[in-house]
Amino acid sequence: MKQLKDLRVTSVEFLHTRFVLIKLQSDEVLPEIKPGQFVEVKVNGSATTFLRRPISINFVDKESREIWLLVQIVGDGTKALAHLKEGDTLNVLFPLGNGFTEPKKGEKVLLVGGGVGVAPLLEYGKTLKEAGSTPVFLLGARTKADLMQLDLFSKYGKVYITTEDGSEGEKGFVTQHSVLAKESFDRISTCGPKPMMIAVARYAKANGISCEVSLENMMACGLGACLCCVEKTVKGNVCVCKEGPVFNINDLTWQI
Amino acid sequence: MANLTTNIAGLKMKNPVMTASGTFGYGLEFADVVNLEEIGGIIVKGTTLNPREGNDYPRMYETASGMLNCVGLQNKGVDYFCKNIYPLIKNIDTNMIVNVSGNTPEDYAECAARINELENIPAIELNISCPNVHQGGMAFGVTTEGAQSVVKAVREVYKKTLIVKLSPNVTSITDIARCVEDAGADAVSLINTLMGMAIDIEKRRPVLSISTGGLSGPAVKPVALRCVWQVAKAVKVPIIGLGGIMNERDAIEFLLAGASAIEIGTANFIDPSVSVKVANGISEWLDKHGCSSVQEIIGQLEA
Repeated sequence: MKQLKDLRVTSVEFLHTRFVLIKLQSDEVLPEIKPGQFVEVKVNGSATTFLRRPISINFVDKESREIWLLVQIVGDGTKALAHLKEGDTLNVLFPLGNGFTEPKKGEKVLLVGGGVGVAPLLEYGKTLKEAGSTPVFLLGARTKADLMQLDLFSKYGKVYITTEDGSEGEKGFVTQHSVLAKESFDRISTCGPKPMMIAVARYAKANGISCEVSLENMMACGLGACLCCVEKTVKGNVCVCKEGPVFNINDLTWQI
Repeated sequence: MANLTTNIAGLKMKNPVMTASGTFGYGLEFADVVNLEEIGGIIVKGTTLNPREGNDYPRMYETASGMLNCVGLQNKGVDYFCKNIYPLIKNIDTNMIVNVSGNTPEDYAECAARINELENIPAIELNISCPNVHQGGMAFGVTTEGAQSVVKAVREVYKKTLIVKLSPNVTSITDIARCVEDAGADAVSLINTLMGMAIDIEKRRPVLSISTGGLSGPAVKPVALRCVWQVAKAVKVPIIGLGGIMNERDAIEFLLAGASAIEIGTANFIDPSVSVKVANGISEWLDKHGCSSVQEIIGQLEA
């Protein structure tokens, strides 16, 4: 069941000059939230921001009724979000979208994230571990300073890292990491910049591994009504906000 | 409490607030966060005789106080609607209205004829004003001949309330309004989106996949209000006003300008429960101003 609610901001923490972690608390029990689902937040205090902003759910704490959003500051809307203060309220429509594949006990799942795309993989990794699967994280960034929440990721699984400048982990892109040659995985889930996800999808396809990607097309309603955020699939144009954001690569029409 | 009921050419509404086509899906998408039965009417997504894939992505761009879209009437066709969607929405206790579009007058008429058979669809809104399709759509709504050809063809086969949605992208919207009235429209709704564009200066390319799109949201409200005011003086059929309505104050402006009902479009994306808030807001405003009925303010602009 989706909710439209004012949530209370409990903490706003800059993880980096361009990334802010916003923690929100509900005054009632959270609805069921699947990893990979997202929220749409109403941005106040920005004259140029008209539409809601879709943000993936980074972490859910059912007990404290908290949702975490990891936000990259890109434009005026996200800048306004970064100016939220503890005690403010944020109007949130959630949870939206389909989410990642349901965990299956005993699976070894590679979660590949790049940039702010690592955000939903934390919640997914937690869920996989709780379900008795083995999540393995492969996180890519431009440089060491762009890597976030590594301590949290490592609570749920092994973490492998690539940076483009070699300042942390292996130098290069995620698809060049040596772990791919050393270990085998039952399936892959990935979220990040599109070129990265295409490269991961190619790797998965070439090696016969099931792979799902989380897309972030520009969207308006978040509910599958306006049909703005469509992605071409084997079933025609479908809404990323409703039928996605997570798609199996076999359902997409990417050239991979 | 003020009486909010209104009547659009026989279409009885519990309040004057409707949701605009293409902004509220089939209503069901919003059911978790708003009580659909508190809305006066729900105009469902534009429906065509044959399925349409719509335009390529990107289809949307945020603008100052509004947005551009070029969805291009993506829908699964009228047969799919009748078979798969209608059973899900037919028992919702509000006016479920279908927005109908087409490539030719015959297309429109065939689609309307199928919907005429659906007992719980009391009206259609004829879209002769979509700016985002190459064939049909706005092409019919920008000339009196084109508008008349579609409305006449549909009027012959459609027996219930026929609303015609007008384009603002014309020299004289009152000329078009008069001619669709003459052709048998029971009511007119206005305005559809204003044609616009946005450019990605780094790529030196249009942002939208088909270069242009329809502008909606508060940015267009003054234009919409002017159109409603002009058309109200030009025709006798009831008017449904829309264009950038975000709250009850905006809605009341349209009612004063001569609209008997209003539609909420883009605002549904900002607040999916806004339609009911506007209906309640109108009621409170009427109470505060000593009006016993919404009818007391319709067309009561002093100018």
